[in-house]
Amino acid sequence: MSDINTADPETAPIKRPFRWHILVFLAPAFLVYTAIMILPLIETLRLSLYNLVDGQTVFVGLTNFTTLFSDPRLSASFWNALGNNLIFFVIHMLVQNPVGIALAAMLSVSKLRFATFYRTAIFVPTLLSFVIVGFIWKLILSPIWGIAPGMMDWVGLKWAFAPWLGKSESALITVSLISVWQYVGIPMMLIYAALLNIPDEVLEAAECDGITGWSQFWKIKLPLILPSIGIISILTFVGNFNAFDLIYTVQGALAGPDGSTDILGTLLYRTFFGFQNQMGDRSMGATIATVMFLIILAGVSLYLFVIQRRMRRYQF
Amino acid sequence: MATARTSYLRTGLIHLALISYTLIALFPVFLTLVNSFKTRNAIFREPMAIPTPSTFSLVGYETVLKQGDFIGYFQNSLIVTVVSIALVLLFGAMAAFALSEYRFRGNLLMGLYLALGIMIPIRLGTVAILQGMVAAGLVNTLTALVLVYTAQGLPLAIFILSEFMRTVSDDLKNAGRIDGLSEYAIFFRLVLPLVRPAMATVAVFTMIPIWNDLWFPLILAPGEATKTVTLGAQMFIGQFVTNWNAVLSALSLAILPVLVLYVIFSRQLIRGITSGAVK
Repeated sequence: MSDINTADPETAPIKRPFRWHILVFLAPAFLVYTAIMILPLIETLRLSLYNLVDGQTVFVGLTNFTTLFSDPRLSASFWNALGNNLIFFVIHMLVQNPVGIALAAMLSVSKLRFATFYRTAIFVPTLLSFVIVGFIWKLILSPIWGIAPGMMDWVGLKWAFAPWLGKSESALITVSLISVWQYVGIPMMLIYAALLNIPDEVLEAAECDGITGWSQFWKIKLPLILPSIGIISILTFVGNFNAFDLIYTVQGALAGPDGSTDILGTLLYRTFFGFQNQMGDRSMGATIATVMFLIILAGVSLYLFVIQRRMRRYQF
Repeated sequence: MATARTSYLRTGLIHLALISYTLIALFPVFLTLVNSFKTRNAIFREPMAIPTPSTFSLVGYETVLKQGDFIGYFQNSLIVTVVSIALVLLFGAMAAFALSEYRFRGNLLMGLYLALGIMIPIRLGTVAILQGMVAAGLVNTLTALVLVYTAQGLPLAIFILSEFMRTVSDDLKNAGRIDGLSEYAIFFRLVLPLVRPAMATVAVFTMIPIWNDLWFPLILAPGEATKTVTLGAQMFIGQFVTNWNAVLSALSLAILPVLVLYVIFSRQLIRGITSGAVK
């Protein structure tokens, strides 16, 4: 911040008075952001290298990490949470994004009537909080109320109903699909915007060459919206790897049944604050947060330095 | 456009698919709202029916308003959201202006530094944020939430606003300078009014995650006096799990303000998203 008064190379020889206004404009955002976001993040990373030994906080190097990865009790929940989190992410990539793209493609068909209505309605769940969404679905899927089995009965599928949220084989998939239901609006909107940005000339040229309908979507539109697909993928990745609220609401802090829906966010919460007979552990909490940070950082770097560089951007 | 052969079949199928998905998206919300106005028996016997005079009941709402301090929760959520958005917009616009308007050494670096937070979630620093808030005596205050949400909203706000500010014409600003306007006056009187549409977009993007957040209220301000609607509803429902009328009414009360705001602002919100503000 001290070098703010130095201007660019071409005007450097002329000594200008210190431009206080730049400092004034930048200072509030810089200070709040640094104090509340960056410093705590760094402090958390630092804490992961310390632990309590005989009541004193001492530097322990990477011991916390080795404990997390190999301690019989802790590592089991950690690997379980990481695996579940991966499945959670894969389900989002396989269901949420394709459905979002399909909805956007249908909405962007020219002169489609009621398009605004559909768009507005489909985006509603995205605005609701996890708490609302979680409870609504808990009620709908509850065998006590009987909405879900009742509806499945209409289509003759009553035999297929099960208390999905209560069974450890199906709980994670069910929770993921609830999250997909809520968030499908975001890929839909971003892809829809990208599709609208494709100039008419390009599509007309394609039509002159006889490329219409399906093949037009696959051959012309899809390649042009690839950058947006990249962005929604990385947004999904970051969102999924620090998800917490929905699982906490639907399955509680223990992320049951049997930890089958435990992901890194809920594990962090339990480890840091403690739950029932387990004591809260600040250092271990910081360690898990650090691991989450590294995972997200790896994903974002992969996107920025590998995927985004290779992707061709078309300028119109 | 070349007369693309409109196949009725294709349009019909598209409508069918979109209507089906619209139903999937709206059905749970509809179900909650409708059943919150029914008696307990009617909720179970005919969950799909619209309330009739014989099944109509407000007993759920009475429980909610008597047992939980929902008006207080609303107030808290409103204060936190409005103050955070105001700070994000003001600080974000100022920083975006500095980054897009002036050339100074470290400009690019500062831009990258401030953009880090778009991808790295603030939640990961929770352990140290809580420590800091305890040290500053801010636990169980709305100030703690406002500070956190301001920090959380700034990176994206700065990013979007500086993209927009680059499009404001230099001639206009230079004309202002020749007329003797200070840099502050140029920012507040010339540039800010011109980027108002972008500000609206940023406001909406900032608002949704703040209003809906459960993590920080749960950790930083779980006290009765500072509960937000999201946390309040969560705890209330946890307590009244078997009282279906109360649960459905609490859910409806939490949905309604969002739904009303959305109906009013949906045009602006969707225009904001689709105008390419986020690319």
